[in-house]
Amino acid sequence: MDYDLLFIQTLNGIQLGLLLFLVASGLTLVFGILDFVNLAHGSLYMFGAFICAWLTLQLGNFIYAVLLALPLTGLLGLAVERLMARYLYTRDHLDQVLATFGLILVLDTLAHLIWGPAGIAVPLPGWLRGQVEVFNGVVVPSFRLLIIATGLVTAAFLFWLVNYTRLGMLIRAGASNRTMVSALGIDIQTLFALVFALGAMLAGLAGMLIAPITEASIGMGNNIIITAFVVIIIGGIGSMKGAFIGALLIGLIDTLGRSFLDDLFKLFMPSDAAETSAPAVSAMLIYIIMAMVLAIRPQGLFPPKVR
Amino acid sequence: MSMTKRSIWPTLGFLLLLLVVPLGFYFYDNAFYLDLATRLVILGIAATSLNLVLGYGGLISFGHAAYIGIGAYAVGIPVYHEFYGGFDSIASTNGLFQIAIAVGIATLFALITGAISLRTKGVYFIMITMAFAQMAYYFFLSLDEYGGDDGLVIEVRSEMPFMDMDSPVQLFLLCWMSLVVAMLIVRTIVHSRFGMVLQGAKGNNERMVTLGYNTYVYRLTAYVISGAMCGYAGALMGNFSSFISPAMMEWGRSGELMFMVILGGAATTLGPVLGSAAFILLEEIFSSVTIYWHLPFGLLLIGVVLFARGGLTGMFRGRGN
Repeated sequence: MDYDLLFIQTLNGIQLGLLLFLVASGLTLVFGILDFVNLAHGSLYMFGAFICAWLTLQLGNFIYAVLLALPLTGLLGLAVERLMARYLYTRDHLDQVLATFGLILVLDTLAHLIWGPAGIAVPLPGWLRGQVEVFNGVVVPSFRLLIIATGLVTAAFLFWLVNYTRLGMLIRAGASNRTMVSALGIDIQTLFALVFALGAMLAGLAGMLIAPITEASIGMGNNIIITAFVVIIIGGIGSMKGAFIGALLIGLIDTLGRSFLDDLFKLFMPSDAAETSAPAVSAMLIYIIMAMVLAIRPQGLFPPKVR
Repeated sequence: MSMTKRSIWPTLGFLLLLLVVPLGFYFYDNAFYLDLATRLVILGIAATSLNLVLGYGGLISFGHAAYIGIGAYAVGIPVYHEFYGGFDSIASTNGLFQIAIAVGIATLFALITGAISLRTKGVYFIMITMAFAQMAYYFFLSLDEYGGDDGLVIEVRSEMPFMDMDSPVQLFLLCWMSLVVAMLIVRTIVHSRFGMVLQGAKGNNERMVTLGYNTYVYRLTAYVISGAMCGYAGALMGNFSSFISPAMMEWGRSGELMFMVILGGAATTLGPVLGSAAFILLEEIFSSVTIYWHLPFGLLLIGVVLFARGGLTGMFRGRGN
């Protein structure tokens, strides 16, 4: 077996896992506290990528663009909360799913109207374009290391925010008993809006980080959102810890499955059978894992405490 | 669920309209509307099947497009092998055989995914059904032999006894009759003892369980029936479009099916058909006006959810808002 490849693919898996975590954490926060299913969360990811790509071309600097795009994505999240989401908190999940499905159509078309049908590539500054030699002969693009570092720092920040700040305390309290929190005199409307904006910024950040690799394109959010759903189903909807572990698990399984499943299959079946079945199985792998987890634990691995 | 007998005439009238108007256009040399109506009627069958679980059962399945895809591939794959060899045991252009495969695989898929999904509830169920449909999507996407991402042209339509699927009129009539049968099946189920338990579980599952009903089995049965019907609709869709591609089961398609049910009015006999009619017509109108038609369409969807509860049938009955 090729251990250098295994190392690189593990790193890629962690990178995908951390990006998934950024999307899934916002999704799970919004669901945990607001009891709101936001299908359009992927569109916020897409808008993050587009705003950042556009600003990079305007400002000529990717880092400044990210710093400016983050609050802008947050504002977009606030607008969505103000104009639509808040009217749906008390509705059932079916209504929320349908309305946010409509919102996807609206946001995707808006992006099409503003930036045109083609994607926008994002040029990176020179120091991010190089490669870093990790150990003898194994090189990794430095931007991928930046993605991993940003993901880990954001995860640590969220952990601190949720567990050690007043806002985090309110978030946890809101997740376990919403009515009680507002009865205690907390401005629940503002809290909800803040959480929604935070979720939008997290998804937007993931979009900004992926844009230099894949470019910003219409509909890019519609693939990752499903995987993010799988992540929070496995982790337990509403649980930050579950989102983190689930995201890394899915990121690693998906990436490693795609590159090594055929080798694995060859151990116990003829090699041509392995080569035909491996791509199909690896494409379905994360869903098979999800089904297995749910068959054993229908509430996911780390279900949040009873509300 | 209201037990009052509603007039059956609006339903009959609408179905008759759906039969006569497209045929009328066709015989006045306007084949386009017959095509549109055929697609509408096929989606109407799919929406009717979804309504059984979503409307009457309260089970929000976000993955019904998978069954359409399964049904269509069950037509396309046997035809492919008939023409290009390999896999002799399923190579066939026989329509009855293809439909049997479509319904069989759809039943099996519904049984397996339903058995797992129904262990969960609420938002988990929505997301799991969606994820399983996405699994089917990626499965067919990875099958390079059948065109993968690009899809596959179905060389010949199904060979059926006593009819010719290549004739647009005969294909439309088959679809229309299938729709009527599908509506009758769902209506019969809903008014049976089985349907009462299903609706009872939607209203209050604990109560039904306490009364001694194993609601899990009832729900799974309904889910499987719905999946099988939707698979049949998929086989018709494959014949209609003569083309299969994984895009048929993208999750957006499942969302559209849900929208049709809600737009027309969930848990009503006519609702899903009315919804798919409105959906197809609006899509046609909006997309002829602007390439950005998803924008007004999306806004309309949001508007319907926010302001028009009960859908179109609800409005006509004065139950709107």
